[in-house]
Parts: sequence; C-alpha cells; structure tokens
Amino acid sequence: MSEMFGRVVGIASDLAIPFVLILIIGYGVAKRVKIYEAFVDGAKGGFEVAIKIIPFLVAILVAIGMFRASGAMDFLIAIISPLTDLIGLPAEALTVALMRPLSGSGSLGLVTEIMQTHGPDSFVGRLVSTMYGSTETTFYVLAVYFGSVGIKKTRHAVPAGLLADAAGLIGALLICKLVF
Amino acid sequence: MLNYVWLFLMATSIVVGAINGKLPEVTKAAFSMAETSVKIAFGLIGVMALWLGIMKIAEESGLTSVLAKLIRPVSKRLFPDIPEDHPAIASILLNLSANWLGLSNAATPFGLKAMEELQELNENKEVASNSMVTFLALNTAAITLIPATILGVRISLDSQSPQEIIGTTILAGVCATTMAIIATKVLQRMPIFNRELANEAMAAKEQ
Repeated sequence: MSEMFGRVVGIASDLAIPFVLILIIGYGVAKRVKIYEAFVDGAKGGFEVAIKIIPFLVAILVAIGMFRASGAMDFLIAIISPLTDLIGLPAEALTVALMRPLSGSGSLGLVTEIMQTHGPDSFVGRLVSTMYGSTETTFYVLAVYFGSVGIKKTRHAVPAGLLADAAGLIGALLICKLVF
Repeated sequence: MLNYVWLFLMATSIVVGAINGKLPEVTKAAFSMAETSVKIAFGLIGVMALWLGIMKIAEESGLTSVLAKLIRPVSKRLFPDIPEDHPAIASILLNLSANWLGLSNAATPFGLKAMEELQELNENKEVASNSMVTFLALNTAAITLIPATILGVRISLDSQSPQEIIGTTILAGVCATTMAIIATKVLQRMPIFNRELANEAMAAKEQ
C-alpha cells in the first residue's frame, strides 16, 4: 500500500515539470512565437538575479547559522515551553516550530531525528510532519525576495509572515489532535 | 523590521554563544554559512535562467495574460493594486502553484520574477508595496498539496501509512494561508506600518 502510494506521488512529481514545459512551449508554438529566441532572451536574466541576491543570502544565512551554533535555541525553548505546555504542544514539536521559519534544512533534520526516535507513526511524528509541510522558511524568503528588488523597508511583512506561521503551527497541532 | 530581526539573531548568538562557551562554533558557522550562501546563489543561476527563459515564451505567447484573466476573480481581491492581466499576476500564480506542488527549485525563479514585476508597479522603490507583502505572506504560508520531502523521509523510515499526513498538512496550510490574508489586510492599514510611506510622501511634498 505505502509502496504503491510512494510510486503514485513519484510519478505525479516526475510529470509536473514536463507538463508545464510542454504546455508553455506548445502554446508558444501555436501562437507563432519564436520560441528559441524568446527563451534565450529571457534566460539572460538568470545570472544577474542570482548574483544580486548574494548579499542578502549571506546576511540572513550567516545570522541564522550563528544563532543555531550558539545554542540560543535552547534558551528560547526554555522561555517559551511553559506557554506551549498549556496548549499541549510536545517539547520536540516546539523545537520544530521555532526552527521552521529560520531554516529549511535545520528543521528537516529535526523532523527526521524526531521520527527516528519516536517512529513516523507516533503522534509527535505525525505532528512534526504536518508542521514541516504547513509553513515555509519565512526569514529566508523575506530577505531574498525583498533583497532582489532593493526593498529596504519591509513594513508589515515580518509580523504578517510570523502570524501566518503561528496560525499554521497551531492549526497543525489542533488538527492532528482531532485526526490522530 | 528585518533590521531588528537581524540584530536580535546576531546579538543573541554572540551573547549566548559566550555564555555557552560556543564562540568558536559560532565563528565557524558564520564563515561556513557565508560560503554556503554563495553556493546557493551559484546553484540558482542555471535554474533561474531556465525558468526565466520559459517564462519569456509564456509572456510573448500571451499565456501569462490568459492565466491572469483566469484567476482575476481571486487576484483582484488579494491584489487590488495590480492592473488587470499584468504579468505579475501570472508570475505570482506560477510561484504559488510551484509551492503547492512542492517544486521548490521552480518556485524561487517565479517568485523573484514576480517581485521584479511588482517593483515596476511600486511607486516607492525602497518601501514594500501592499501587493508585495500579501504575496510574500501567501508564499511563506503556502499550502503544500504534495509534501514530497516529508513523504520521502516517512517512507524511508518505514512508516505504515506515510500519506496520512497529507490531509493534515493541507488543512494546516489553509490555516496559515487564511491568517496570511487576514493579517496582511488588517496590518496594511495600521499607521505604524505606513509611517515610511507617509514620511516619503511628506518629503516629496516639501521638495
């Protein structure tokens, strides 16, 4: 059962990109666009954009890397855990909740480790799986996306992003409690 | 705001690192992440070029405006300041759909393209527009229909039913997305988040 499911998901993700490519190129041909010239013309921008985001990547990733290495996460968990205990959030899941907006690879590492220890089908295993999929690495996205176009004043982006993360994580907890 | 976030991360890591006696690790992390950042950016050049090329075909064939028209009923409410069938709408749609399908290396090029197009519409080039913030909130709260990475991990750890978290993941994503929409719509009216806009407008008037 699980093997077949894995195959179906695999096929779906294998087909997604070719489908988009065929759709766009096919439509271009139908509309008589000079597809090769258009492609090359658009692709020229790739280098520039990738180079332009380097300073912002360095700024945010260095800060996050230092934060993780310092062990500050444990302090943060000690401060917040009395609150999250009240809503019945397991301690392991809190580490994922705090790591998720900061680092994709960091939180994936935590989720994998938790599932190795407690089993993927334990409550906390299901909960952290749900949490991982329901939000994104907010600070990375904000820094890189705003940085790429030179926005310096981000206005309400940080509070809005964090509120959405919090809603996703609390939602994950409530939904998992109901379902599992 | 990112100023404060950055200051918080830097200051806490140095203070807490000193308390924990982990300053050497902190220093090491700083250098290795600086290197990683450049690797990420360089790794992005190729995919970025690929998708920007494909996007150009979609633009010239008019496919982007067809897409924009299709989602107009939703987009005009979420992004009232983007003109009808503007290419930004299509880039936003492609970025969000790539996120929904878990295609993260396609999502970034579309997203950066969307930001570029939103910046063209933005009057104040250093201050984020409402549409930009709404887009980013939707992006970071993205619903994932196929959480491929997590499914892979669950399958590799011999889960009895790896897929059982898909439903809960989608529902939690709906919570996050709903909050993203409400939060941006409420916060964008608050004076504290419009101070920079007001200041700039005043400076322009005085000139």
